[in-house]
Amino acid sequence: MSWIVTNLWLIPAAPLAASLIILSLANSRRSAAAGLAIIGQIAALALSILAFLPTLQAPGYRSVHNFTWFTFGEQTLRIGWMIDPLAAAMLFMITLVSLCIFIFSIGYMAGDKNFNRFFAYLSFFSAAMLGVVIADSLLLLFICWELVGLASYLLIGFWIDRPSAAAAAKKAFITTRIGDLGFFLGILWLYGGSGTLLFYDGGNGCLEKAGLLALGASATFVALLIFCGAVGKSGQFPLHVWLPDAMEGPTPVSALIHAATMVAAGVFLVARVYPLFSFGAVDGVTPSLTVVVLIGTITALMASLIALGQFDIKRILAYSTVSQLGLMMVSLGVGGVAAGMMHLIAHGFFKALLFLGAGSVIHGCHHEQDIRKMGGLRRLMPISFLTYAIGMMTLSGVPFFFSGGWTKEEILHATVHWHVSHIPHYLMLAGVVLTALYMTRQMIYIFFGNRRAASENAHESPPVMTLPLIALAICSIALSVVLTPAWPWLHGYLTGEPAHFDIALLVQPMLFVSLALVAVGIGLGFVMYGKAGREDRHRTAETDPLEHVQPALFHFLENKMWLDEIYDRTVVAWSRMAARISDWMDRHFWDGLVRGFGGLGQLFGIFSANFDERGINVGVDETMTGTRGLGRVMSAWHSGQIQTYLGIIAVGMLALLILYAWLA
Amino acid sequence: MTPTLTLFLTISAALFSIGLLAALSRRHAIFILIGIEMMLAAANLNFVAFWRFSPQPQPPIGVMVAIFSIAIAAAEAAVGLALVIAIYRHYRTTNVDQLDQLQG
Amino acid sequence: MSTAAFIVIAILTLAPALAAASLPKLIHAALSFALAFVGIAAFFFLLGAEFVGLVQIFVYIGAVAVLIVFTILLTRRDAATPDKFNWGGVVIAIAVFGGLIWAIFLTPGLSIAPPQIEALTVKRIGEVLMTDYVWPLQCVGLVLTAALIGALILVMEEKP
Repeated sequence: MSWIVTNLWLIPAAPLAASLIILSLANSRRSAAAGLAIIGQIAALALSILAFLPTLQAPGYRSVHNFTWFTFGEQTLRIGWMIDPLAAAMLFMITLVSLCIFIFSIGYMAGDKNFNRFFAYLSFFSAAMLGVVIADSLLLLFICWELVGLASYLLIGFWIDRPSAAAAAKKAFITTRIGDLGFFLGILWLYGGSGTLLFYDGGNGCLEKAGLLALGASATFVALLIFCGAVGKSGQFPLHVWLPDAMEGPTPVSALIHAATMVAAGVFLVARVYPLFSFGAVDGVTPSLTVVVLIGTITALMASLIALGQFDIKRILAYSTVSQLGLMMVSLGVGGVAAGMMHLIAHGFFKALLFLGAGSVIHGCHHEQDIRKMGGLRRLMPISFLTYAIGMMTLSGVPFFFSGGWTKEEILHATVHWHVSHIPHYLMLAGVVLTALYMTRQMIYIFFGNRRAASENAHESPPVMTLPLIALAICSIALSVVLTPAWPWLHGYLTGEPAHFDIALLVQPMLFVSLALVAVGIGLGFVMYGKAGREDRHRTAETDPLEHVQPALFHFLENKMWLDEIYDRTVVAWSRMAARISDWMDRHFWDGLVRGFGGLGQLFGIFSANFDERGINVGVDETMTGTRGLGRVMSAWHSGQIQTYLGIIAVGMLALLILYAWLA
Repeated sequence: MTPTLTLFLTISAALFSIGLLAALSRRHAIFILIGIEMMLAAANLNFVAFWRFSPQPQPPIGVMVAIFSIAIAAAEAAVGLALVIAIYRHYRTTNVDQLDQLQG
Repeated sequence: MSTAAFIVIAILTLAPALAAASLPKLIHAALSFALAFVGIAAFFFLLGAEFVGLVQIFVYIGAVAVLIVFTILLTRRDAATPDKFNWGGVVIAIAVFGGLIWAIFLTPGLSIAPPQIEALTVKRIGEVLMTDYVWPLQCVGLVLTAALIGALILVMEEKP
């Protein structure tokens, strides 16, 4: 069905059109706005399914539609879009998750007076994200990437009357901008080296053999520069600082953007330009991939540790996202591209589920976000509890029924087979434990134990909010069907290898290891934090058990490892100093220069004026006087004597005569 | 030798110069008029001489011009002399040196 | 046309002319002025334009010269005193004469003998005057009328 390939642009166009129409609606027409947004998403979902079907035809299917955008001089700029298993799976996940979140938002944002604007921005974001996925040109991808960043800025700072939200939005934009700078340099280098920005162009694309050979050794640097963009967007260390602050936005925003889709764009980018990373690989190892593994490992561990010290329900989930993204980067780095992508897709579903569940809890507790003030919500909000529990178990990596378990399995499997070192493998195992630990902590604080201050008048959320939760929970479980090693359909789909159904493969040694680790994590969590739940009902939990045991460590984690403060002292301070220097330069140097020129102009003016007054005026006056004097002199020649006149006439006549004779 | 045109022209030139001399060198106003009349006569002589020596047959243009010139000269002499009388009545002098009202 | 006549008439013309220019007494100058015109009239006769010569005698000598004598009589007070001579005028007159002579001798083809001519009758002059030159004739009439009236006005006594 090449129709869909040529018209892939319709997939982002539908939400974009919805966004523009919503912007033109009056504020009162809420149902119209919500309806339009949802229709746009359904359209995108339908088209995504339509685009998904051809990719089932053959393994390694890739269909490209490129065209010339414009020509300048002799060069042409070509862009295009493509569909392949990677893009198709992402499209499906993004549109489905977005749809659930849109429906959830109808209930969550019901009391907000900027309802229409919210849906317009959400649709706009959706359009941009879909554009990133289907882009076949690095330029088109970058354009949509920036639009995604813009949408994120608009949505984080959605509640414009909150200064903290505005600051968080600014922080997010600037931090990702730093990453995008590297990305842009990478694009320039790539264009210069390979002469094209199209990924696949019938053999001429920059990711295909000819383009890569043209790049040669610089492919590593290009890959690393592009990775900068991914670091920024996916919140890897050191540019992760914006993601927790981004929780200032409404919870559906956190769910959509900072859990399921936008942050996944970074991982998607690495997967998309993987040939650049893996060019010239020796045993599946290149310098750029090693860097990716390094950063991913650091991020994953660091974020899980910090999550243990947070008390805001959304921040814990934010750090969890950062940690999981680090895990995905590790997976990509060690060569498990399919594993990483599978985890990305699964993560999209269950992280959205967790965030929406958190949103439901926040909504139920009347917009309270501190987990120390919640408790015992298990019986008060049963559906939320159940779905949240499913999400938590998926995230922790409980295998068999939960998709997260299987994907983590794959990743751990891949890290075992990395030839450089086994350190990432062990660290990821530790990460598994930590993940289970902090999620258990969160669950106990919120849902178990006695009720504390905020859970007094808690109520279950309306169906418009719980139905998407249930849907996402079902997806999380259902996805595991195609993820099991017994029938690794998704793996086969993504890598192009055929998938065999073999029940024996269900049980593997790795499986038991991870199962044990998860059990350890959950058990440890219950042991450490169980008591916290049984505090007196009218008191907030004073101190975290970990704080009891290791106060220094806890404070270190609670303050996010002081990274924000370090940045403030260093990078921000330096840029402030640079700004001051620039201001001084501008105020005194350049301004002085300009004023100097102004002075020159003034000088010229004075000179001109003087010249005019003294020179020209006087000259004119003198001429007048001279003329008058001359006139006086000449009038004196008139003697009044007739004979003189006659004589002069005679002389004149003689002169004319001579002249006439001469001329003739 | 028969008189040639050149000779007649020379005579007329001489007469003209003498008229000019009379007009320029005497102080009495009437002398200036005499000089002017002489100059006019010299010009008439010129016209008629040219008519006489020009290839024949031809209409008597020179003669006609001379006749008209004489008529005009007479009119002009009359007016000029009337002017002199009027000036004499007013200024009591005919010395042109003293008639310098036009001096500026 | 004989040379002798020419020379005589030439002397007859130029000598009184010079005298008219240089004589101190006004009456003498006026009379020699009339004599000069006689000479010019003789020249006209010599040139075959008898009518012009006669007109010359009538108008110039009979009218203009007489007018001049009358005016001298009417402005008697200064007439007796001789006046100063202006040598600058002499220079200019000689210069002009020189220039004219130079112009005459510069022109080629002027040394020609008088061609044969049929006599110019009064009848002929009258014919030409009334046909080709009727306009100038009328204009001259106007001019003469104007001059007459003008001269009268100029010398009229102002009414007290």
